Amino acid sequence: MSTDVTAEGGHGAIPTGPEVPVAPKPAVTRRDWPLYEVFVRGKRGLNHVHVGSLHAPDDEMAVHAARDVYTRRNEGVSIWVVKAADITASSPDEKDPMFAPSGDKVYRHPTFYEIPENVPHM
Amino acid sequence: MSAPTLERPAPDETALQQRFDATIAADRRIEPRDWMPEGYRRTLVRQIAQHAHSEIIGMQPEGDWLLAAPSLRRKAILLAKVQDEAGHGMYLYSAAETLGADRADLTDKLIESKQKYSSIFNYPTLTYADVGVIGWLVDGAAICNQVPLCRSSYGPYARAMIRICKEESFHQRQGYELLMTMMRGTPAQRAMVQDAVDRWWWPSLMMFGPPDDDSPNSAQSMAWGIKRHSNDELRQRYVDMSVPQAQFLGVTLPDPDLRFDEESGHWRFGAIDWEEFKRVVSGHGPANAERLRRRRAARDDNAWVTEAATAYAAKHAGTAAGSAA
Ligand SMILES: [Fe+2]
Ligand SMILES: [Fe+2]
Repeated sequence: MSTDVTAEGGHGAIPTGPEVPVAPKPAVTRRDWPLYEVFVRGKRGLNHVHVGSLHAPDDEMAVHAARDVYTRRNEGVSIWVVKAADITASSPDEKDPMFAPSGDKVYRHPTFYEIPENVPHM
Repeated sequence: MSAPTLERPAPDETALQQRFDATIAADRRIEPRDWMPEGYRRTLVRQIAQHAHSEIIGMQPEGDWLLAAPSLRRKAILLAKVQDEAGHGMYLYSAAETLGADRADLTDKLIESKQKYSSIFNYPTLTYADVGVIGWLVDGAAICNQVPLCRSSYGPYARAMIRICKEESFHQRQGYELLMTMMRGTPAQRAMVQDAVDRWWWPSLMMFGPPDDDSPNSAQSMAWGIKRHSNDELRQRYVDMSVPQAQFLGVTLPDPDLRFDEESGHWRFGAIDWEEFKRVVSGHGPANAERLRRRRAARDDNAWVTEAATAYAAKHAGTAAGSAA
């Protein structure tokens, strides 16, 4: 039967045959709405944490949409949105030489130093 | 003069593949800007998009009862539930976009029937008991499918699933509570619940997809860590969870072959009508055409809102620039 159907869609069985197109084509609607990344502060005392993204026509609408999409159950007390295009990131490569300087400096960690067991409060 | 080109070593495909394989083997997550095999990316885009479509289309069968809810309490609950499903769709489109897909384009593909959604949403909701049974059985099956996806190898997908799973528990519990309330009611209300169970039980079993020996794509998805358990494994888990819940509720599951197997400790169930499944998933279910017609109408009839917001943003941006100058 269904060589092209699986239950991978979470909500149930869906076809995944090769005829199902996945390559993006230029979109007609909302193409001009920038992509915003959304950050939420869960509660006072915590950092803002990245939770996802959305498209919005401007910054203000992005904040409103972020509230509706990402904080329906008191998940946050503060929201940041930032245009994805404005984010500068390091190279995705984990083995990037960018992080090499911190890799070999074991003396920056407290465990590098041996202190006798009987020294209190250390 | 032509633009300067950065001098870059040719990417070593074998080394990249090895690093990808090692990440998967170590059960670590693949993140958006990592190198990944084209097949992995395509499989994920297809799966996440169709999962997102299912959430969005899934608002319709229950949404049909929003204006006919029996009380303000039930209406508020149902509204919150349907709104959650919209949110689930948004989390998932957001994850699909990290792979280079475009959500407006994905929506177009749904409307043009080039991508599918879960077959379960092609059945109509005939009474308010259906709202309860969908929460209990359909969201229950979704939970079985989705919990393992929280450990999916693709980071943004796994993170979206964690958010979704946190909300699904409310969906299932409100449905079960609704049914318990109806079962304490009149004989007519109890009959209504039984009728809804009779109609939704088998389609909910089909939500797990074809049997393992007929699901050749699964092996690759399992190897990639996209999928964590086989269809039959999840289906069995679901049946084992649902039978005692049905007994507590006092309804009969419409399967004469359903019996407890002492030896294995599992509930054994009868044969699933895969012909029906095939019919519904290929577009010939009771409500396929209506579901897509409404999704298309939502896109087209509300296009003016998108245009107005775009125009407002453009005008506002112009003013801000003007005043800054
Ligand atoms: Fe959902
Ligand atoms: Fe749900």
